[in-house]
Amino acid sequence: MRQLAILLKKEFTQIRRNPFLPRLILVFPIMIMLVLPWVTTMDVRNVAVAIVDEDHSQLSQRITSDIAAAEYFKLTDGVYSYDQALLLLEDCKIDVILSIPRNFEHDLSSVSPQRLSIAANAVNATKGSLGSQYLVQTIAITLSRQLAEQGVEAPSDLIVVQNRYNETLNYRHLMIPALMIMLLILICGFLSAINIVIEKENGTIEQINVSPVGRLTFTLAKLIPYWLIGLLVISIAMLVARLVYGLSPAGSLWVIYLATILFIVGFSGFGVAIANKSDNIQQTMFVMFFFVIIFMLLSGLLTPISSMPDWAQKFTIILPPRYYIEIMRAVYLKGTTFVELWPNFAALTIFAVVFNLLAAVTYRKQS
Amino acid sequence: MNDPIISVRKLTKRFGDFTAVNAISFDVERGEIFGFLGANGAGKTTAMRMLCGLSFPTSGSGRVAGFDVMREGEKIKRHIGYMSQRFSLYNDLTVWENMQFFAGIYGMSQRESIARSNELLQRLNFAAEKDTLVGSLPLGWKQKLSFVIATIHNPGIVFLDEPTGGVDPITRRQFWELIYEAADSGTTIFVTTHYMDEAEYCSRVSIMVDGEVRALDTPANLKKQFAAETMDEVFRTLARGAKRGE
Repeated sequence: MRQLAILLKKEFTQIRRNPFLPRLILVFPIMIMLVLPWVTTMDVRNVAVAIVDEDHSQLSQRITSDIAAAEYFKLTDGVYSYDQALLLLEDCKIDVILSIPRNFEHDLSSVSPQRLSIAANAVNATKGSLGSQYLVQTIAITLSRQLAEQGVEAPSDLIVVQNRYNETLNYRHLMIPALMIMLLILICGFLSAINIVIEKENGTIEQINVSPVGRLTFTLAKLIPYWLIGLLVISIAMLVARLVYGLSPAGSLWVIYLATILFIVGFSGFGVAIANKSDNIQQTMFVMFFFVIIFMLLSGLLTPISSMPDWAQKFTIILPPRYYIEIMRAVYLKGTTFVELWPNFAALTIFAVVFNLLAAVTYRKQS
Repeated sequence: MNDPIISVRKLTKRFGDFTAVNAISFDVERGEIFGFLGANGAGKTTAMRMLCGLSFPTSGSGRVAGFDVMREGEKIKRHIGYMSQRFSLYNDLTVWENMQFFAGIYGMSQRESIARSNELLQRLNFAAEKDTLVGSLPLGWKQKLSFVIATIHNPGIVFLDEPTGGVDPITRRQFWELIYEAADSGTTIFVTTHYMDEAEYCSRVSIMVDGEVRALDTPANLKKQFAAETMDEVFRTLARGAKRGE
């Protein structure tokens, strides 16, 4: 125990004396949380819409003005024919065409109503698909209001969208827990790995290897500082999320901290294992980046796992951040409890044990 | 306690096809200053790393401080000091912090380690620099500090791998005074060097060529054996036949 205490004291002295590290630990989470939630948004705005109105009815006027009033759309005036609209679409001047057929209002309550048609430019797939979805929703609302005013029950197949848990459909709220995880990956994974490799590059690890310090003691002394730093970083990030974006966890804090501890313990062990197998900083960085990119793109951090191909979905089972991101989003946005999330906690525990065993086994004092 | 502190029989290390150390056998007595000489690439450092429990021998056997080099590497480490070819103290810690750190990881109590560090600082005449960061010391001082830290836990034997490389003649002289002091207090010294004047200071000298020990005796006897005036001539005669170059 005294050996561990002495090694830890040395690690903390070195961190404190590093001209860069203490600042990085404080400034990095604040910067990431202040800037990135604004830019990592997939909200689609300014969808340029052209309306080809062949009905010229009260209802078509109403649809047009509701679209003009919606915040997502930018209405393009002066379009009178479908062919003209199509030319604009091909020139990328507009994103979506809505055409309202003749007698649309007249036939609305008849047995065979006319159909509206929507054509979207899907070169920018997100804008095309989300834009036309927004359009469908806006029109559905207008139509159901119109029918309600006429005393007609709105047909049940009209789309009704109700957003639960993230009621404002704010993409930032989805991204904030993800950004916290990226922070932890960068700080706990990379810094602990670099810390070990620096001892190799400076030759100081040799002086440790020739001493009676145990492998586990040495590895623990390398890991513990980064566990504490990780907890500090996530606390700073949660504080910023609350102060700047008004986003506090809907669930309990201790579930978040428990998941964070498991994730940090696992991931810093992963970093140390990679460092043990590398000879220098470049090698460590490249191997870490290789894994981190896979983690970030495949674990549902940025894009939903459910829309990945089947084989990729199966692959995500072996990615630790996947379980952590699910916990973080569920607890932050839905207020899910520990009991409902226990399989995720079990998975994180397994990863923590495996990675730390790897970290201890890959460190060799005698070659 | 009269059995040799190092006893090595046919110790061999191979890396793939390359035999870095080829079946070397020798003994080192307690309290000796044992010079371990050889040209670059002769296998000195590899042999030394096996003796310190940093590297597993491919074959052969050896005991250091009473423990087996093959199976009891971790036990050996409690009883030896080691100063590597590369400076390996922590540059971002002060002189005092480095001393306390290494004394502590060898299991010395806080009181012991403070007393011992103060004693060593006094001997080095270095008390004024105790709060200086090690990274800002000149090379000569770094080497002397490395040496006293390698002996901070009073090991029975200390291994020095080219301790005076790149150091000026005056500091080299002072360094050897430290070595003599340590030897006088009973510590066995196992030292590699390329300076033949230093070889003259040793009680006995071995010379490695191409992974094998080609000569082992006192400097005086070696000079007689090879009909040479100086150790330098002895070394040249032996090293001329080397097949491995740099």
